[in-house]
Amino acid sequence: MTFLIAFLGSCPVTQGEIRFPPPEFESGYTFPQTTSPAPQSVLQEYIDAAVLVVGLLLASHLILKRRSRRAIFVLMIGALLYFGFVRDGCICPIGAIQNVTLTAFDRGYAIPIAAAVFFVVPLIFTLFSGRVFCGAICPLGAIQDAVLIRPVAVPGWLESGLRLFAYAYLGAAVLFAATGSAFIICRYDPFVGFFRLGGNWNVLILGASLLLIGLFVGRPYCRFLCPYGVILRHLSRLSKRRVTITPSECIQCRLCEDACPFGAIREPTGNWPEGEYRIAKRRLALFLVLLPILVAGGGWGGYALKSQLARVHPRVRTAERVYLEEAGQVQGTTNVSDAFRATGQTTEVLYADATRIRGRFALGGALLGGFIGLVAGGKLLVLSIRRRRTEYEADPAGCFACGRCYKSCPKEHGRLKRIRETAAGRA
Amino acid sequence: MDKQEPMNRRNFLREGLWGACLAGAGTAVGLSVARGNSDNMVWQIDPYKCIACGNCATYCVLEDSAVKCVQAYAMCGYCDLCTGYLIPEPKALDTGAENELCPTGAIKRTYVEDPYYEYTIDESLCNGCGKCVKGCTVFGNGSLFLQVRHDRCKNCNECAIAAACPSQAFKRVPADRPYLLKGADNK
Repeated sequence: MTFLIAFLGSCPVTQGEIRFPPPEFESGYTFPQTTSPAPQSVLQEYIDAAVLVVGLLLASHLILKRRSRRAIFVLMIGALLYFGFVRDGCICPIGAIQNVTLTAFDRGYAIPIAAAVFFVVPLIFTLFSGRVFCGAICPLGAIQDAVLIRPVAVPGWLESGLRLFAYAYLGAAVLFAATGSAFIICRYDPFVGFFRLGGNWNVLILGASLLLIGLFVGRPYCRFLCPYGVILRHLSRLSKRRVTITPSECIQCRLCEDACPFGAIREPTGNWPEGEYRIAKRRLALFLVLLPILVAGGGWGGYALKSQLARVHPRVRTAERVYLEEAGQVQGTTNVSDAFRATGQTTEVLYADATRIRGRFALGGALLGGFIGLVAGGKLLVLSIRRRRTEYEADPAGCFACGRCYKSCPKEHGRLKRIRETAAGRA
Repeated sequence: MDKQEPMNRRNFLREGLWGACLAGAGTAVGLSVARGNSDNMVWQIDPYKCIACGNCATYCVLEDSAVKCVQAYAMCGYCDLCTGYLIPEPKALDTGAENELCPTGAIKRTYVEDPYYEYTIDESLCNGCGKCVKGCTVFGNGSLFLQVRHDRCKNCNECAIAAACPSQAFKRVPADRPYLLKGADNK
């Protein structure tokens, strides 16, 4: 046996070579078939898409017409059970961003119809009825919403600052998907491990920490990380209909002030305090000057990080390892370099590939950095602009359409005929 | 928005943007239908790229990996001394655990006729570590190889094993031809 292995091991062989011809049996033995169990039917994906559409229609009705937090909660838990625990949280619209991006950049990639539907349908619903997807259908939102027991307020500047992570996450996810490097949204999906009851430990710990934070800070993933939420925020600013705290007109009773655990209720603004108008004007001018500087600085920073970013691409990692080995700077080989050598490709081809990918990351990194700079500058500008509001209203961008504020409004109780409106109340 | 709002510049811009976004979403649907795949895509291992490194056993999101070893019987040599079945220097040529290469005893060896033995994988025991695949590929015919088994695979949007695969052997294949079987011309 040892001799046999030594003999065979010394032969230069290519993979798949038949060294021992299959025997010709005399006992009537026939080759068994290699079994190949079929994947789940594509019909299942269409069912999921149909459930999504029906769920969103129902959510729009419950949130905008019925205005019932309890009904929304029941629907939300149903969606959590179906899209989360039954369907294992895959595919979701958040991850579908990457499939759509890859379709746009890679001609060879054919997007599954279900992924396209999951990406687009919540966007269309948001244009008509606000973020009903976040409030009642998204399983990632639902699992956080369900654990929120004691919400604490997050100061506006901190909220805006932390939200930069979501924009950066979206930008990075698009960059890595466009270059065919990785689907980072799926890799670091914090709750999919809970839905599947297993997975990578680091990501499970991340999910558990987010749920722990979520006991006190409402929906931390949705507010500070979710890349799809970034898109929905901006679309819901344009939406035809959306959550209104009061069913009729605001009587400025301030009862809803603390009703929103996500800090999405905007107070009425009075006139500018004495002397602050001039300071604000100067601040706005400063930020306007700062904006191009931030964009340029971000772009430069992203460009400078191009080689680090490019390392996410497996081809670049392979090239770097093989280069180090060829140059004699490291001892031994790794699985990666062994696998590369087994393909029989020349190192020139590999290096050329890596150079091309790095070139893409030089442009992509600059764009990503510029985008983050633009968002940061834009946030500073928006924070220093004072909008005139005469009523308490739900911030269209930040409202998750969870329906918690409805019951805080005395007008709502009037609508539900729970209290009788007096002449004073109607005034 | 029941009451008619006056068409000022702000509302005009808003309506315009709204229409543009809806048109954009419509275009995305149209392009996806045109370019997309009405069938699903699933993950599969190219057996000619796979180096049987063992990552399949540990990186799958499932506790028990969706990747299993399969046998292409028509390629198998039916050897008595199977290098996918026995460790390189077995104490005895029998099915004793100390002589088997498979850490979970998932390979069943059955006598066919002198001197041939059939080797079958018990998928309920196989953990996809690829030790037998390495033995078979390096010293034998390479009839044992790893495949994603679609009765188990969750078809994650990004396969966790694919992300950890050193030879980039994972690829997306159409769901109506979900296996890349050796010696079968991708049946």
